[in-house]
Amino acid sequence: MTDAAAPASPAIRDGSLFAPDAHTRRRNAAERRFRAYGITAVALSILALIVLLVSVLGNGAGAFRQTFIQIPVTIDAKIVDPKGNRALDEMKKVTTIGYGKQLEASMLAAVAAAGVATDGLSRKDIAGLLSKEAAAGLRGMVLENPDLIGRTITFRALANGRIDGYFKGRVSMDSAKLDSNISPAQLVLAERLRDAGLVTVAFNPQFLLGADASEVRPEAAGLGVAILGSAYMMIIVLVLALPLGVAASIYLEEFAPKNRWTDLIEVNIANLAAVPSIVYGILGLAIFINTLGLPQSAPIVGGLILTLMTLPTIIIATRVSLAAVPPSIRDAALGVGASRMQAVFHHVLPLALPGILTGTIIGMARALGETAPLLLIGMVAFVREFPAAPPEGFFSPASALPVQVYNFTQRADPAFVERASGAIIVLLVFLICMNAAAIILRRRFERRW
Amino acid sequence: MSIGILVLAVLILAAAGFVLGRQRALATAGGDPRRLHSLPGHYGQFTAILAAVPALVLLAIWLLAQPLAIESRIAPMLTADSPADRSLAMADVRRISIGLDLLAVSDRLSEDAVASLSSETLAPRLRQVGTAVTQVTPEALSAAKAHRTMRHTLQIWMTAAVGLTAATCFVFALLRIRPDFRARNVSERFVMWLLIAASLVAVATTAGIVLSLVSETLHFFRIYPAREFFLSLTWNPQFRGGSDLGIWPLLWGTVYISIIALIVAVPIGLLTAVYLSEYASRRTRGWAKPAIEILAGIPTIVYGLFALITVGPALRDWFAQPLGLGASSSSVMTAGLVMGIMLIPFVSSLSDDIINAVPQSLRDGSYGLGATQSETVKLVILPAALPGIVGAVLLAASRAIGETMIVVLGAGAAAKLSLNPFEAMTTVTVKIVSQLTGDTEFASPETLVAFALGLTLFVMTLVLNVLALYIVRKYREQYE
Repeated sequence: MTDAAAPASPAIRDGSLFAPDAHTRRRNAAERRFRAYGITAVALSILALIVLLVSVLGNGAGAFRQTFIQIPVTIDAKIVDPKGNRALDEMKKVTTIGYGKQLEASMLAAVAAAGVATDGLSRKDIAGLLSKEAAAGLRGMVLENPDLIGRTITFRALANGRIDGYFKGRVSMDSAKLDSNISPAQLVLAERLRDAGLVTVAFNPQFLLGADASEVRPEAAGLGVAILGSAYMMIIVLVLALPLGVAASIYLEEFAPKNRWTDLIEVNIANLAAVPSIVYGILGLAIFINTLGLPQSAPIVGGLILTLMTLPTIIIATRVSLAAVPPSIRDAALGVGASRMQAVFHHVLPLALPGILTGTIIGMARALGETAPLLLIGMVAFVREFPAAPPEGFFSPASALPVQVYNFTQRADPAFVERASGAIIVLLVFLICMNAAAIILRRRFERRW
Repeated sequence: MSIGILVLAVLILAAAGFVLGRQRALATAGGDPRRLHSLPGHYGQFTAILAAVPALVLLAIWLLAQPLAIESRIAPMLTADSPADRSLAMADVRRISIGLDLLAVSDRLSEDAVASLSSETLAPRLRQVGTAVTQVTPEALSAAKAHRTMRHTLQIWMTAAVGLTAATCFVFALLRIRPDFRARNVSERFVMWLLIAASLVAVATTAGIVLSLVSETLHFFRIYPAREFFLSLTWNPQFRGGSDLGIWPLLWGTVYISIIALIVAVPIGLLTAVYLSEYASRRTRGWAKPAIEILAGIPTIVYGLFALITVGPALRDWFAQPLGLGASSSSVMTAGLVMGIMLIPFVSSLSDDIINAVPQSLRDGSYGLGATQSETVKLVILPAALPGIVGAVLLAASRAIGETMIVVLGAGAAAKLSLNPFEAMTTVTVKIVSQLTGDTEFASPETLVAFALGLTLFVMTLVLNVLALYIVRKYREQYE
């Protein structure tokens, strides 16, 4: 009974075994093609990364350098201290307009002294090379140090954003013709002043230390308030999320009985890790601001939201590193008479610490870059004042680095694109430092059992 | 700052309790710790816990209850037409009351001087001490004075009650200490409760999210018909009311962008994972995998800016305008493409895990039958890993739907139902941001709709996540 159909026998080969037949060639070609697809995919991913970084770095590098105009300024006591008693309260009544006039005069004198032809530009146009923020800078300097009154100092004034743009290639003669804020003649003057050594492009510490500036003064905008706000939030996240996360993981990993209730908690944590960040923003707005009455745009609210967002990350990392400590450690501790609590806190936890800290740093790095929830709690507000020192500072308005980037992108002046990219460079530097710390921690202290 | 001082005092008492409890335990045991049930430190912990915890719990409850108690007494003093008016007036009273405190300190006013302050000249003086009030009515001022007196009286009572509780418990704890007292059990039980409480924070967060979303959404549906929200095809919020708030244009934008993102991310991510786990040499894998994972560590605002200043203009100049499809630099394509890049590492690292979980025996069997490497991948590994990969794709989809910054900066703000990928469209997340950061009144449907949108988003991502986690878990069990 051999009625089972014999399999169709393949065509009998008639060539050499060393020469691949058509079928084999096809299969080999498919193999090569598939391999090429894989390489292409990897190359595309890496290309995307490179383009992304080059685009941001290329746009943002300019933000760290700024055009300054160096002019000698004689600080006239008659203007800045009309009563002549050097009382700070009296001097504060002199507004930036007074200082502006002084700067204008000094600017004209400096241009004349340098022997630069002005081609009949008006006084206002020549003074227009200076940033509107320069007078405020001078005022701050004098109020901080009243001894300067009556002396002649070399003042490094910020140049107008358009002049800065001209030296960085953002503004051209053609675009200046259409621009009401700058004229080609002013650009020519700026170029001559540069040749005379009055105008320089130099590193700008105010970008990192200064406060944000208004929409029409991109040259003065800085990240100081945003960096401080982000730092405050990171402090809150560290102080709240690390103990809470570790405590929760210890309970779930070491003590919790396996039942429906703990199962619910676990599913819950897994889901929280995947809830869109903007939903946390809604939570913060509804609970922390509307119900508990915490102030808007304060680091405390942002910190609390970011804590809740970071908790699942920390819990997951902590549980993995607790589970990686071999049971023999616990058994040995219990064997010499430790209670379960002592075994965990004295023996397991210290061994799991490098993993926990690595997870915490990575979670905080993610929190540092988080933007969407902070938009909802009012951190988009324009904040110029530096928040006070903690703890009061946690409740005063501040900005945050990623939100500042968003703020910059919402402004019309193209100079803010450079500022936004520069802010991202700062943000990425912080992230790289944090991730490097995490990697070093893991490499140095993590033990394989 | 007197609450801070009170807390500090309680903590100092607790610290003293630790030292004293320890010493007392040793003293009762005649200086021989072996006669004690627990370690001497446990007796210290026991005393410290008892001194601090009841007092601090009382303080917390008091601080929560005090404003409610005061305001229920003050409320009859204010004339207000609606609950909203009443809460505004109450907020004013609270501010003035605190402003009076500041004023009393800065101008060194006596209690009588504060009580005789009149409402006419007060507002500018209050502003000077940093209280934001525009005007002070006589009614609000008298309420604020009552508020302030009550606050001060209750403050004294609170200090007394908290101090008394701390002292009583402290003494009680010291008296309990005897060599056979099981101090360790008490302190460990307390620590255990702390651990349980910490693990409940996650549950509380979920509960908070659900409660706040659901309650505000119900509020929204009370002033705006749910039918319109779910069935209308136009989204056109107006500041003066009479808005059309249909969700479909937003959902369409969200889904369209997510689909483009997945079309970019899934093939690239999957092929990357296959290549790196099956083909690449150890060295290539060593640098390529971390490099791709850098993409996952970059904050989304960076991708948003990338879309805004690089990808958007490039797509417009090279594709949309030459093809006559549009002149907008923010478009579905821009956002989708950039979001796709963001999702590549997400898909590739999840698929990588899953491909590595396929047992080696399946590969060996396939090679043994003469299959080439790519045939093994296509016919054995991918089918075996399929459930896991589907889970990974679902997780990526949920990430795409909930993504905010890329679409805020890359997709535009116009709510449209269109098929042209080079047109600006908008998404659920964009509208949540724009409705909640605008200057509209909080109780208006234009603001509250954000909560309904948030709930929709939450439910969509939750379903995708639960499904994905279920599939991945099921799949892992299969090969373990």
